[in-house]
Amino acid sequence: MNFRQADDISAPTPTALEIKGISKAFGRFPALKQVSLQAKDKEFLALLGPSGSGKTTLLRVLAGLETPDAGEVRFAGEDFLALPVRRRKVGMVFQHYALFRHMTVAQNIAFGLTVRKRAEKPGKAEIADRVAHLLQLVQLEGLDKRYPSQLSGGQRQRVALARALAIEPRMLLLDEPFGALDAQVRRELRRWLRELHDRAGVTTVFVTHDQEEALDLADRVAILKDGELIQLGTPNEVYEHPATPFVFDFLGQACRLPGVVDGGRLRIAGWEGEAPAGAPQGPVEVFFRPDEVAFAPPGGTGLATQVRGVAQRGPDVRIDCHVEGAPMELQAHGPSLPPGVGPGLSVRITPLRPQVYAAA
Amino acid sequence: MTLLRQGFAGRGPLVRLPGLAPLFLALTLLVLGVLIVLPLGVVFHQAFARGLEAYLEPLKQPDALAAIRLTLVVAAISVPLNAVFGVAAAWAVARFEFRGKSLLVTFIDLPFSMSPVVSGLVWVLLFGAQGWFGPWLQDHGVKIIFATTGLVLATTLVTLPFVARELIPLMQDQGADEEAAALTLGAGGWTTFFRVTLPNIKWALLYGVLLCNARAMGEFGAVSVVSGSVRGLTTTLPLHVEVLYNDYEFVGAFAAASILAGLGLLTLVLKTVLEWRHSGELSASRRH
Amino acid sequence: MWLGLVVVLPLTALVLRPWEVGLSGIWSTLTEDRVLAALRLSFGVSLLAALTNIPLGLMTAWTLTRYEFPGRRVIDALVDLPFALPTAVAGIALTAIYGPTGVLGEPLAKLGIKAAYNPIGIYIALLFIGLPFVVRTVQPVLQDLDREVEEAAQTLGATNLQRFRLVVLPAVLPALVSGFSLAFARAVGEYGSVIFIAGNMPLKSEIAPLLIVIKLEQYDYAGAATVGLAMLLISFGALLAVNGLQLVLARRGRA
Repeated sequence: MNFRQADDISAPTPTALEIKGISKAFGRFPALKQVSLQAKDKEFLALLGPSGSGKTTLLRVLAGLETPDAGEVRFAGEDFLALPVRRRKVGMVFQHYALFRHMTVAQNIAFGLTVRKRAEKPGKAEIADRVAHLLQLVQLEGLDKRYPSQLSGGQRQRVALARALAIEPRMLLLDEPFGALDAQVRRELRRWLRELHDRAGVTTVFVTHDQEEALDLADRVAILKDGELIQLGTPNEVYEHPATPFVFDFLGQACRLPGVVDGGRLRIAGWEGEAPAGAPQGPVEVFFRPDEVAFAPPGGTGLATQVRGVAQRGPDVRIDCHVEGAPMELQAHGPSLPPGVGPGLSVRITPLRPQVYAAA
Repeated sequence: MTLLRQGFAGRGPLVRLPGLAPLFLALTLLVLGVLIVLPLGVVFHQAFARGLEAYLEPLKQPDALAAIRLTLVVAAISVPLNAVFGVAAAWAVARFEFRGKSLLVTFIDLPFSMSPVVSGLVWVLLFGAQGWFGPWLQDHGVKIIFATTGLVLATTLVTLPFVARELIPLMQDQGADEEAAALTLGAGGWTTFFRVTLPNIKWALLYGVLLCNARAMGEFGAVSVVSGSVRGLTTTLPLHVEVLYNDYEFVGAFAAASILAGLGLLTLVLKTVLEWRHSGELSASRRH
Repeated sequence: MWLGLVVVLPLTALVLRPWEVGLSGIWSTLTEDRVLAALRLSFGVSLLAALTNIPLGLMTAWTLTRYEFPGRRVIDALVDLPFALPTAVAGIALTAIYGPTGVLGEPLAKLGIKAAYNPIGIYIALLFIGLPFVVRTVQPVLQDLDREVEEAAQTLGATNLQRFRLVVLPAVLPALVSGFSLAFARAVGEYGSVIFIAGNMPLKSEIAPLLIVIKLEQYDYAGAATVGLAMLLISFGALLAVNGLQLVLARRGRA
């Protein structure tokens, strides 16, 4: 009996959001192709992809602003697609905030409460209370009487968030929440948003094209491309084990070289090393991060590269080199660079964690 | 319902008022049909009510031909005047800061908010038989009121804002950078104007001239005050319509009116074409 | 210079001319029954027509921007017809339609409604003249309305009606007001399209601009200028009030 109880506690949190086989086309352009994924209760899920990958469309399907051609969306077991937008109780923060410009900050935040049916509408005092509380939560106390035009970008963003939270949403949807902000504000708000999510404890789905943001912020990342879900996993999983060359490339800088896997051995340009476990046989594409290489000391072994240029960039060094005539860019920390690496010379390297994909 | 696609292609619908869509469309068509299209149809219907012969007959009358000629003459003088004025005024307003600029803009706009009758009245007050300059003009045998000059003056005043209104916002938007660039490259003032400024505003200028011309040829209130309606001498086409109508020559009146209606339609078509083809080169406030 | 010659000088005449007959002369002109009736009629019917054009114009602009249907662009272009059609042409056409034997006049007459040669006719003509002003000021605003804002309202639980009332309407309100004021200003001064259908009965269906023409024909220059100036001042006052309202609206919704 005791064991069963322990099992129950450690069981994964129940699935809150379940998306099954969602397809959506705009005219002839397929925006989403058979996308299926789940989000756990209180999870922070990022939809990551380049523009045109369908991530925003998927978010809008969740909000009810788009109707999919096929597929199913369930939230806490309930058929979400059958609900009209205004009954879904999703808090959506739009890319450009979409604040009501003729209303004050307080009126904006209260909007979702004031439009409720008379029976469900909280009293005036309660609304004022709730607004004050939310203003405090998003650290905008004292700005309640301002109009959106009198706020900075970051402040508007927080008003939009407070407005979305006011309806006590079952799920929070954020469309490129930091897209319109400058880099400094962006980093500050990122941390703050994560904290807010943890405190509010509401399932959150957010769309971004910034891999750093997704990896930094989310519990899990769903990577989309051309309307298809390519990979779903924790930031660590997707970064360490990208499922496809696209994912590898999208999540950071990449060096790519053609190679061949034969048995347990990987050959690249005359160099031979051990192939990673589970590598496909035959001609392959080898990917590695430009900073994940070991430089051999003079006379050592490794993949031969011809150095074309070396540029110091703060603590890092950028090395432009050629491998069998193909240009490649490597990065090293100053101290890890062997002495004597310079233009015109040859240096041997070993990729530390190559990812191997079957050649297309 | 396939007929009615709500919103625009690509993204989802805006406000969804599904049940109201056909109702709104029907009501709009009804309003526009009864209020706007029907009058147009009636003009042509009445004009051709007794056949082509009866339609052409009144148009061949010397009075009608004189009215057409006078209308063209008046437009041919006042439209270029206002085009030149419009460009100059827009240039001054968009490129220079000076005292009384907003006053200038107000005065440019003023004729739009004045009754055309008042636009005619002011000239009579100046040059009429009992006007300020009336006696002096009479002594020197110059006739302005009840003559072509008066018609031109009244028309010019009424149509004054059209070109300037079109150009001012556009030139303000465009800024003076390109002109400055031309000047630094060694172009002279006039060269800059003809090679840089004018090409940039040509479609908006054409648009303004088009509207100005339509109004100049169709103006009624202002010219009716200064014309005296001497048949064959000081009646423009719109006044000719009135004269015929008041004489119960309905077919003739509508025949003359159909020419003006045709002019209006032509203006509308050209205007729409300009809006579609060159919307980027017209100012945002191109719809007045 | 040109402006001075063509606008300022004539206006000076308009402003100064009435004083020739002195204040008492002005007063006696303005208190003539006929003048009072004409001013009341012009401003009253103009107000009524411009107010009617608000819902009509809003609906038209709404249909043109929100629904896609065959011929939409043609209909869009046709809205400008009252701008393009010479007023005298519109005048006789409207009279032919709403006159006792006209296509619409006859059935209306059977219903006991006389639609021409009375203030109703004036009202119809002013509706015609004013409609494009409202449509053309509201349409671009409706077009540019940020769709995200409407979607936001939706996700926050607003019904369609609430979305329209609380989000769309406040956004287009300033445009509606300025469209109204343009339509009103134009209607007050309108002459060509009105005089044919008005019947021009003194004290009953005689508009102020016509009265100016009549006074001129009687060589009563000062009287004509007085009426003209009065019209100008009343319009000016009305527009000032509208601008004030506009300012209040703008302060609420600074972009």
